[in-house]
Amino acid sequence: MPNIPELKDICTQIRRDILRMVHANNSGHPGGSLGCTEFFVSLYFEIMNHNNNFSMDGINEDLFFLSNGHISPVWYATLARSGYFELAELATFRKINSRLQGHPTTHDNLQGVRVSSGSLGQGLSVAIGAALTKKLNKDNSYIYSLHGDGELQEGQNWEAIMYASANKVDNLIATIDYNKKQIDGSINDVLPMGDIAKKFRAFDWEVMVEKDGNNLEAIISCLNNAKDLSAKGKPVVIILHTEMGNGVDFMIGTHAWHGVAPNDEQLADALSQNPETLGDY
Amino acid sequence: MELKDTRSGFGAGLTQLGKSNPNVVALCADLTGSLKMNDFKANHPERFFQVGVAEANMIGIAAGMTIGGKIPFTGTFANFSTSRVYDQIRQSVAYSEKNVKICASHAGVTLGEDGATHQVLEDIGMMKMLPNMVVINPCDYNQTKAATIAIADYIGPVYLRFGRPKVPNFTPADRKFEIGKAVHLQDGTDVTIVATGHLVWEALQAAKTLANDGISAEIINIHTIKPLDKKAILTSVSKTKCIVTAEEHMLNGGLGDSIAQLLGRNNPAPLEMVGVNDTFGESGPPMQLLEKYGLDAKAIVAATKKVIARK
Repeated sequence: MPNIPELKDICTQIRRDILRMVHANNSGHPGGSLGCTEFFVSLYFEIMNHNNNFSMDGINEDLFFLSNGHISPVWYATLARSGYFELAELATFRKINSRLQGHPTTHDNLQGVRVSSGSLGQGLSVAIGAALTKKLNKDNSYIYSLHGDGELQEGQNWEAIMYASANKVDNLIATIDYNKKQIDGSINDVLPMGDIAKKFRAFDWEVMVEKDGNNLEAIISCLNNAKDLSAKGKPVVIILHTEMGNGVDFMIGTHAWHGVAPNDEQLADALSQNPETLGDY
Repeated sequence: MELKDTRSGFGAGLTQLGKSNPNVVALCADLTGSLKMNDFKANHPERFFQVGVAEANMIGIAAGMTIGGKIPFTGTFANFSTSRVYDQIRQSVAYSEKNVKICASHAGVTLGEDGATHQVLEDIGMMKMLPNMVVINPCDYNQTKAATIAIADYIGPVYLRFGRPKVPNFTPADRKFEIGKAVHLQDGTDVTIVATGHLVWEALQAAKTLANDGISAEIINIHTIKPLDKKAILTSVSKTKCIVTAEEHMLNGGLGDSIAQLLGRNNPAPLEMVGVNDTFGESGPPMQLLEKYGLDAKAIVAATKKVIARK
């Protein structure tokens, strides 16, 4: 059974990490990062069979791909808190000579990152490729991926969605961060996408909808169900309803914090809402 | 002289790799026959991935397949291998340093009757600008086959460019392909002619005409545009004091452009460039197109006389 209080403490600390990283260089993407904190903690601290002694090939372990690379702060903080690299390195985020680039890259051999992402819409194809190699290698591990909802406006996703079901890529669990917001505003204002779950079903995916995407117990249970649905001939997608900016009252419910850093006062306010649990980096 | 298409050299190389290297996988975007990947598909159905008309997805899948040790060879036309998927190659392959081999057929105007929508003339430029990318454009069937086999042993992204028409197969079948090493085809003293791809044969024909006019041409086959064999080029130019480049590609961004940079920095000798001058191609028989766009032996002869006059 997952230790929910312990996982909650990790979430709170990672929220602090995200806010401090973004504040420190006055750039980065706090909104989506805060909204996906419970998802990342569930994956890395509960669901995935993974090895923080990193190898690019990741044989016999589950792999994760972040397609919406701009929410790098939550991934970096999660990787560091999972022991992939030193916590102190979080202080270098977006600074010159750092391995923690604005968007994740393999270029500097940062442990935990297997492909560069940032230019949107490419991650699902890459995840499918990794899943196909797992099958060729007779490796029964899972491939997880995360995608923004606005990111689904990129056409390459639909090429990949079509391919994965047609070719029974059933060791893949993709999650859509469904916060209904993108840079220019709400999805419905920018480019309404209708019923995303229905679209995935029409493409013959196994679709799960989790309306409580900032609740650890709900996410863990959802991901476990997704694993049970795997290896049955269909790829699995989770439409994960999240709140952008979750955990900081003035960041919730708006797209305004997609790519904006808090100032000193805002940081202090945000941190006071997320008291230190495991120790700041 | 036996006529064979370079794409069949690719197909034969891939067939051989299927037998010799279990990590080689092949992906194709609905052009299996055109790319001559049928044998690989028939021999190794479990290692062949038909992705449909979805090139962006193909490049992404190829990048992902490297994770866990596979060596993906993607196959489609050169235009759809490069300009259509440039950002996918840039981010998921080149920047991510993935061991993907992008194999591109029907490059240049010799694609022929399909016309300019399919005749990519910018691909070498696009690919050579990407950090980490090796760019190879072999000249005939034998060399394309050898190059296909060689790139499987090189770890890192490669762009392999070849073509559709049947052209003379003149290089030895047993010659090993060395990435980045120019092939010296003929000694000469008056001019260095460096050519790549289909124009290597045209350069050899030009050399015969030039010999009749008393001009001694040194011919070098630059099958690898990046990394460029700088030493071979500079050594030859230090002897001949002038150079002509020849390629079935846009002048902007191609082999000639790389060599102009090299000479400008090291030995600014007179240079003439044979290539397509800032225009799109058109429908027509391949050899007529080579002539119309100034890419044949006649054009190389003219450029050579011009460059020698500038010495």
